This record gives sequence, C-alpha cells and structure tokens, in this order.
Amino acid sequence: MAHAPTRPARARPAVYDALVVGGGLVGCALAYGMHPALADIAVLDEGDIAWRASRGNFGLVWVQSKGLGMPAYARWTLHSAGLWPTLAARLLEETGIDVQLRQPGGLFPMLSDAETQARVKFMQALHGQPDMPSYPWKLLDHKEAAELVPGLGPAVQHAIWSPVDGAVNPLKLFRALHVALARRGVHYLPRCPATTITQGDDGVFRVTTPQGVLSGRRLVLAAGLNNRALGEQVGLDVPVRPQRGQIIALERTRRLLDIPLNTLRQMDEGSWLVADSQEEAGFEDRLVGLPVLATLAERAVLTLPALRDVRIVRAWSALRIMSADGFPIYQESPTHPGAFVATCHSGVTLAAAHALELAPMLAAGALQPTVSAFTNRRFHVQKA
Amino acid sequence: MFRRLDGTAGTTVHLTYEGRPLACREGDSVAAALLAHGHAACRDTVVGGVPRGPYCMMGVCYDCLVTIDGQPNRQACMTRVREGMVVQRQSGPREVAP
Repeated sequence: MAHAPTRPARARPAVYDALVVGGGLVGCALAYGMHPALADIAVLDEGDIAWRASRGNFGLVWVQSKGLGMPAYARWTLHSAGLWPTLAARLLEETGIDVQLRQPGGLFPMLSDAETQARVKFMQALHGQPDMPSYPWKLLDHKEAAELVPGLGPAVQHAIWSPVDGAVNPLKLFRALHVALARRGVHYLPRCPATTITQGDDGVFRVTTPQGVLSGRRLVLAAGLNNRALGEQVGLDVPVRPQRGQIIALERTRRLLDIPLNTLRQMDEGSWLVADSQEEAGFEDRLVGLPVLATLAERAVLTLPALRDVRIVRAWSALRIMSADGFPIYQESPTHPGAFVATCHSGVTLAAAHALELAPMLAAGALQPTVSAFTNRRFHVQKA
Repeated sequence: MFRRLDGTAGTTVHLTYEGRPLACREGDSVAAALLAHGHAACRDTVVGGVPRGPYCMMGVCYDCLVTIDGQPNRQACMTRVREGMVVQRQSGPREVAP
C-alpha cells in the first residue's frame, strides 16, 4: 500500500540499532515511536500474502467492554485513547495524511432483553473490579439511543454508551505510518520474513531472511501470529492463536451515522463496515461464510433500517491475534536480553500507546512498570 | 474514442441517458453503450466530485456507477441495456432514507 522506496535512501548499516520483525500496525507503530531515539531501524515484513490483520480490521478506537479479568488492560486502552489525538496530529503534520480520528463516543447496541441483561451484567462486573479505571458509561433506552443515532431501528431496545470511544480509518493509519517511516529513513523491507534468529556472544541478533542476514542490537518481534514460532527461537513463550472475524463493506452513501457502533460504522468517505463476528477457525482467512455474513447483515439492517436498500460491495475475513487470555503481551526475553515481543489484537486502539509509550521503552531497552501487567509470566503461574 | 466493429449488426435497443434518447445494441452493457456514444464520464466521485467513467469493464473498479431506473450506484458495466431503460449520471453519494 505505501510506496516505500525500493532502494533505501539511507545506507544499510552493518548492524542496525533495532530490527522490528513485522510490518503491520504494531510493528510500524513501534518502529515509528523508536525513531529517532534509535537512528538505524529496519522493519522486516512479509509480502502481499500474509495473515494481515492490519488490512482487515474495523478501525475502532474502542475502550468500553475491555479489561474484564485485567483492569490494567482497561487502563492501558483508556490511556491509548487519550493519546490518540497526539498521534493523529503528528502523523498529519509529518505525512499530510489525515487518519480521520473521531472520538465522539461509541454505542454497543442490544437487540433483545437477553442481550441487554447479559451486557449490563458484563459491564457491572467489568467496572466493579478493584483498580478498574473510572470512565463514564451509561445504559440507554431506545429513545435515548435514537437521539444519538437518527433512524435507529426499533429492534435496538437498549445500547451501552460511552463517550471515550471512537474510530479511525485503519487503512489511512497504516499508510500514514508507512509514509512516516519512509520519510524518516527507517528501512521497510518487504518480502523479507525472518526465518531463523540467533544472538551472538556480542549480543547482536542475526536474522536470516530470503534476502540475506540482517544484524541488529535490539530485536522486536511484532509478527502477529508468527510471534509464537519466532519467539521460541529467542526464549520467548508467546501463546497466541488466530480468531477469525468477518466484515461486510457496503457502498458509499451520503453521511448518516456519525457515532461508531461496535457492529456498524460509516467511514469518512461514505462507505459502511459491518462487523464483530468471532470464530475459532484456525488459520483459514480465505473463506467467508454465509451464516456469519447473513447474521451480520441482518443485525445491521435491524440496527439501521435505512441500510436495507444499500448494496454490499465486498466481504472478507481476517485473523485477530488472540493471546491465551485475550490481553496484550509485552515481554523481554529472559534468555536473549535485548529481544522483545509485542503482540495484541487491538493494533488500532493501542497504536497511540505503542508509538508514544511502549516504543520509547523498547528504544531505551527496558520495559517499565506501567506495562508489567502484560508480561507473559502470567501464563506460567503454577497451578495450585 | 470508441467505434463499433464493422459488420456487427444487432437489434436496436432504446434507452434514455440524462433525458436524451440513446440507441444501443442488444447485448451491450450500459457502460459499452455510453462509451460508444462518447460519454466517457458518467459519474462524479463521492469524495472529490471528480468526473469518472467506465474503466475496468468487468465489475471491479466501481468507476462506472450510474442511476438506472431510479436505483442509484448501479454498475453500468455489469448491467445489460433494456428497452426503455432510464439511465442517469451518478453525482456524488447516493441518498438513503433516514
């Protein structure tokens, strides 16, 4: 998507300050944030065919509903949402690309009493946790929700509203990060997947790729689902699995919906996305399925009946990167100092925290206590 | 820009484009008929209001959108001409009932 120069303007150093394995939203946000503290950075990416969540996602900057079981994740998410305007402004200034950040609040619609009861119970459990950060949220009845969403279908009996939610255009975000990296002289290396990784006695990492061996003093694994296998090579246990989501895109229409729903949004240029399916389907990202798509479409039309006449232009599936408990993993290797892993399933929401908070830690070479909750040691607690 | 191949006859089909009669040939797509009559642009884009017209002729580029018989955003290249069809330029985003 980004037209990074094939021959980097900056000479390739014998040893990079950092090698970032993975050119998706996580890897790009981290490389962006590590520069210029580290001058020589390379981002190693796969080619066109990859499990590329960064090109298949929905683009929400979403806070409500996150963090049950780990309030630190809710805090990190809320923090990122708060940092997002800074990231968006910097990208606009550096690249001229407006990633279309809007944070007008967000709605989670419920289409039955059973859904409402389950959701309210969930939200009460979420916000009843000790150490849960406090932010406003409210259960709206149909009339209150319809004031926020003109034309809301009568089937939407209730909705959870929170003013902290929002959305960006995820493709513009991806492009802006790539353009910013290219302008800063960070080397983006497509068709350059890491195969083997070793660390020498000098502490330098040597990453073998189809295009030769690259060396770096620091290693950041941001390779999504490939982090599991790559992590094993540097003593990092990264329990991630694919979770498939399907999205339907509708044709462009005049503007109708300013507030994003977790299931439905209208993009800045008028097209619509319908989403929020979750399937455990292994690594199969080439299929879409009628049962899921039909359900998504039906719920979208119930939510906003005006969409009944609006045509579908395409549908796709993509793979979320889910850790064993669904929360991010940020960890330095205990056996290979200087090797880090960063993985999450919310590369858009967390892009600001990754670029502005996590990346400086990686550049400095030490994770700070603010992200200590995301250690992979939480998976290794001895069962009593 | 485009001209029909010699010796390819066919039944004439009549439609209107922007209120004016347009004689087409049976089997034409709406896009082909428009191009044959020199209408290179048939829509104005949603974002920038820029004129665009049929490009890929196979249903993937969505640059040939027109309104057909009152239905907005129809792909002209994927729609066969029909007697009496009413075709209009697609200007900007389609309307939706609120």
